[in-house]
Amino acid sequence: MTDNSMQAKSAPLPAPVGGESWYYNPKVRGYASQIIVVLLLLWGLYEIIGNTQVNLKKLNQNFGFDFLTQAAGFDLSTSLIEYSSNSTYGRAIVAGLLNTILVAVLGIFFATIIGFIVGVMRLSKNRVVAGAATLYIEIIRNVPLLLQIFMWYALVLKPLPGVKEAYSILGSVFLSKKGIVMPHPNFGPGAWVGLAFFAAALIGTWLFRKRARMRQDETGYITPVWLISIPIIILSPFVGLALVGWPLSFDFPELKGFNFSGGMTMVPEMAALLIALIIYSATFIAETVRSGIQAVSHGQSEASSALGLSRGMALRLVIIPQAMRVIIPPLASQYLNLTKNSSLAIAVGFPDLMYAGGTVNNQSGKAIEVVFILMVVYLSLSLFTAAFMNWFNSRMKMVER
Amino acid sequence: MKFLKLLALSSVFGFAATAANATTLDDVKAKGFVQCGVSQGLIGFSQPDDKNNWTGLDVDFCKGVAAAVLGDATKVKYSPLSAKERFTALQSGAIDVLSRNSTWTMSRDTSLGLAFAGVTYYDGQGFMVPTKLGVKSAKELNGASVCTQTGTTTELNLADYFKSNKMEYKIVAFEKNEEVLKAYQEGRCDVFTTDQSGLYAEILKFANPADHMVLPEIISKEPLGPVVRQGDDQWFSIVKWTYYAMLNAEELGVTSANVDEMKTSANPEIQRLLSVAVKNPDGTDADNNFGKGLGLGPDWAYNIVKQVGNYSEIFDRNLAQLKIARGKNALWNAGGLQYAPPIR
Amino acid sequence: MTLSYVRTIDAPKLAAPASTAGILAKLRDRFAPTPLSAVGTIVIALFLGWAFWSIFQWAILNSVWTAADREPCNAIGAGACWPFVQAKALQWVYGFYPIEERWRANLVFLLGGLSLAGLLIPKIPYKGWNALFFFAVYPIISYVLLTGGRFGLVEVGTEQWGGLLVTLIVAITGIVASLPLGILLALGRRSQMPVVRTLCTGFIEIVRGVPLITVLFMASVMFPLFMPPGINPDKLLKALVGVGLFSAAYMAEVVRGGLQAIPKGQYEASMAVGLSYWRMMLLVVMPQALKVVIPGIVNSFISLFKDTSLVSIIGIFDLFNIVQSGFNDAKWASAQTGNTGYFALALIYWAFCFSMSRYSQFIERKLNTSYTR
Repeated sequence: MTDNSMQAKSAPLPAPVGGESWYYNPKVRGYASQIIVVLLLLWGLYEIIGNTQVNLKKLNQNFGFDFLTQAAGFDLSTSLIEYSSNSTYGRAIVAGLLNTILVAVLGIFFATIIGFIVGVMRLSKNRVVAGAATLYIEIIRNVPLLLQIFMWYALVLKPLPGVKEAYSILGSVFLSKKGIVMPHPNFGPGAWVGLAFFAAALIGTWLFRKRARMRQDETGYITPVWLISIPIIILSPFVGLALVGWPLSFDFPELKGFNFSGGMTMVPEMAALLIALIIYSATFIAETVRSGIQAVSHGQSEASSALGLSRGMALRLVIIPQAMRVIIPPLASQYLNLTKNSSLAIAVGFPDLMYAGGTVNNQSGKAIEVVFILMVVYLSLSLFTAAFMNWFNSRMKMVER
Repeated sequence: MKFLKLLALSSVFGFAATAANATTLDDVKAKGFVQCGVSQGLIGFSQPDDKNNWTGLDVDFCKGVAAAVLGDATKVKYSPLSAKERFTALQSGAIDVLSRNSTWTMSRDTSLGLAFAGVTYYDGQGFMVPTKLGVKSAKELNGASVCTQTGTTTELNLADYFKSNKMEYKIVAFEKNEEVLKAYQEGRCDVFTTDQSGLYAEILKFANPADHMVLPEIISKEPLGPVVRQGDDQWFSIVKWTYYAMLNAEELGVTSANVDEMKTSANPEIQRLLSVAVKNPDGTDADNNFGKGLGLGPDWAYNIVKQVGNYSEIFDRNLAQLKIARGKNALWNAGGLQYAPPIR
Repeated sequence: MTLSYVRTIDAPKLAAPASTAGILAKLRDRFAPTPLSAVGTIVIALFLGWAFWSIFQWAILNSVWTAADREPCNAIGAGACWPFVQAKALQWVYGFYPIEERWRANLVFLLGGLSLAGLLIPKIPYKGWNALFFFAVYPIISYVLLTGGRFGLVEVGTEQWGGLLVTLIVAITGIVASLPLGILLALGRRSQMPVVRTLCTGFIEIVRGVPLITVLFMASVMFPLFMPPGINPDKLLKALVGVGLFSAAYMAEVVRGGLQAIPKGQYEASMAVGLSYWRMMLLVVMPQALKVVIPGIVNSFISLFKDTSLVSIIGIFDLFNIVQSGFNDAKWASAQTGNTGYFALALIYWAFCFSMSRYSQFIERKLNTSYTR
């Protein structure tokens, strides 16, 4: 058949004859095959929907999202919003989503820092430093994350004392097998002033830095911007709070019976998950950073040393800004991976989105609806991260002459 | 789309996609073994050893069914099932009987297309604590951290119990039982809760079993028993009467050791259990073959007792090691709940 | 021409300054180029020394080597409990596969190993036939051998499979299913037909946007609902479908990368000689594109191999799950059982993944030279 078509195509001009013309017309063929694909898809959907209806009927169930407003009946070990067994299934899922976001944000933050450090270490001239970085990467990368989460959970739990013998810092932060308990801040009316001062300090620093840059361009004099502004930024909310009469109190944890009451707790499951996620993802980020730095041409670092920049300054001012262009796209996909990998929380019982969804499915039997919600939420998280990284990428792009 | 195609393909290959057909009894007789759903490993109920031999109360029940139907207690194949997949496996016909410490509840009995054939073990949710906590009653657990498995009724009962007693607790729930145990042993939580039989089974795995105790309270009713599909009454009766035969044998003092002597017993109840042919006073043959009503041979109960044992033998063989007392599972005439209708 | 101020003879050669020559300078350059760096060297060396010494102590010095049950491992200060590994090793490899039928699993291992070696070692000829065997014949042979029920083989249900056997089955099914599916999806994503393109892009992006565990979860709970009533797909099959779809989406992106690396001239030239679309792909584009992406394929196989551990969450007794469930055995449950099991698991997974990543680097270098010079 293909031989025929070859001949038909290579035949000199006269328009293809009669019946063959439409058959060999790529446009017609394109439409035809697309129609076939659509028909097949519709047929598949029809089958699936039909089967699902029959199966649901057999199980005395129907499709719908109204179960989200029913009482869940189960508890979650930790939640950022008010949650108890009287809350609804919907609230359980929201609580899980917030926990997922918390872990993802913290994980991305620390994994990036460690990843950059290790990536630079791996290129160090110091053999011990470079060797240690390579060792770390080659060991951690090749062991499943799930296994690492379990190992960290065991490692985190083992050395900690029981709740009665908890390590205490200044009598207000306690560390035990039940987690880290910290004082919980309570903001009274007027606390927004503190926040406003903080925001003002941030904006002020930004303006100050801009001015300092201009001054450096004009006079060559370097203003120690950070030395001046960091204390101001830190102090500003307290100054603001003090002005309106200190509407801030702390809820201190207190040992009562089996547990600390009051304060806020970070459960050991979350600690294990976070440590494992950070350590694991940092290896991939380190490799990304290393290849990014290596992609910057050697002449750049030679030119910077010729200008008298120290190696640290050369990295910070010349090499990393250029490497960023290469680093950001793969970095974005590492962030996505980290967010998705946080779903392994289910293994150590940290109530993230997947855990909440799985439990809701088990208790309500609403498999299709729950899977649908999970997919949509994870997809939106991924899209959001991707969109943010795209925006960041376009900002970091080199402005070419 | 792609996966539908894949699936259709694999069904053609016969990747264990099974459909129910004919009657279960014919089916079992034709294939020559009973496919029995058990749990994936629960000491005392169903547990594989290093050589993949299964033992336990639930397993012995499966053997009893095989002995009654096929005359050979070894003709059983086991499907280890998780809690989530057990009922689907039964509904789809992948197994003939589910003997997997499943709780008899109304919704399961009515809307899932299942039928519970009896209660082989009366269980209830309990609590375990380390002895050094000094707790003597579940009522003293206010504020405790409780370890449990997620997605179970245990989790819901727990919330209800603490709520109705106006106590607070912190849950630590895991997907897998191993993780729950590990967390409890590491001291992540103060209390471990599951069915009491499970508590006794888990205690054995601890390095120092004496350091842990089971609290007296039982906070839920968990009648555990074998399950079959609705709509096959004959098979339902066979499973039900396998269980009753074990109970009746215990009540009548028939054991696997003495069952052959018992065949000569003058006790008419034993004669009916073992289908011993006797003469009626008027000289006619009494029809003592009660297996006929089940579609089985006269030796059905003899085979159960001979090859597997009566209920107390099964209980002692599997659960005595866990130091579980008979308690509610004693016979009705010994203060328990186990009661079998008479064979006559 | 000669200028008086230009030297005509070489100045005497001086030795390099003492600070840059000699073994000491070399050492300094490698281990302490700056004071800060020297501190780093010392801290890291101390830490590494401590870490290795602790592991050595735990795994070798204080460990228990022979024991009939858990008692010695329960002693205070005991290290790794190796007898546990010894007792469970066979179960880790075969799961609950009947002992007298294990030769079938061995045969599958052997065939797979030979065929893979033939595919992966560049010197071995007949790559095409080998690939045909590995991707088409081998899965069927393995399926028949492992399930049995025909040709006089005893039937072994998938619930009895387990351990490394299942891990490898999941991983290899993932790769065997994902390659053709991934190629089709990649072609579809670059297709001129809007419907096909949208469908393929949508599928790839949706699957890549959600975690594998969600896909597995979907496969295990929603799949039975999609099937005609009365058909309950096998548990392992459900996991395999989930893993296959997931890896296909990732493979599609790897292949697409390869397709993009093929210069446009290749397409134009093949069209100019009158090749049809499929012939162009089969004869010209794919052979080049696939060669370029071999390292990518091996890399995605590494992550697939690590990801197989997730099937344990939906209750498949893969290597990970079987090791973990062994901790629960009353005969062996001790304070060190879990640590020993995890350590052994980590070693096994690491050995597989590390050798694969080394292979990927080797093949990358090899391809690199053949392309640039």
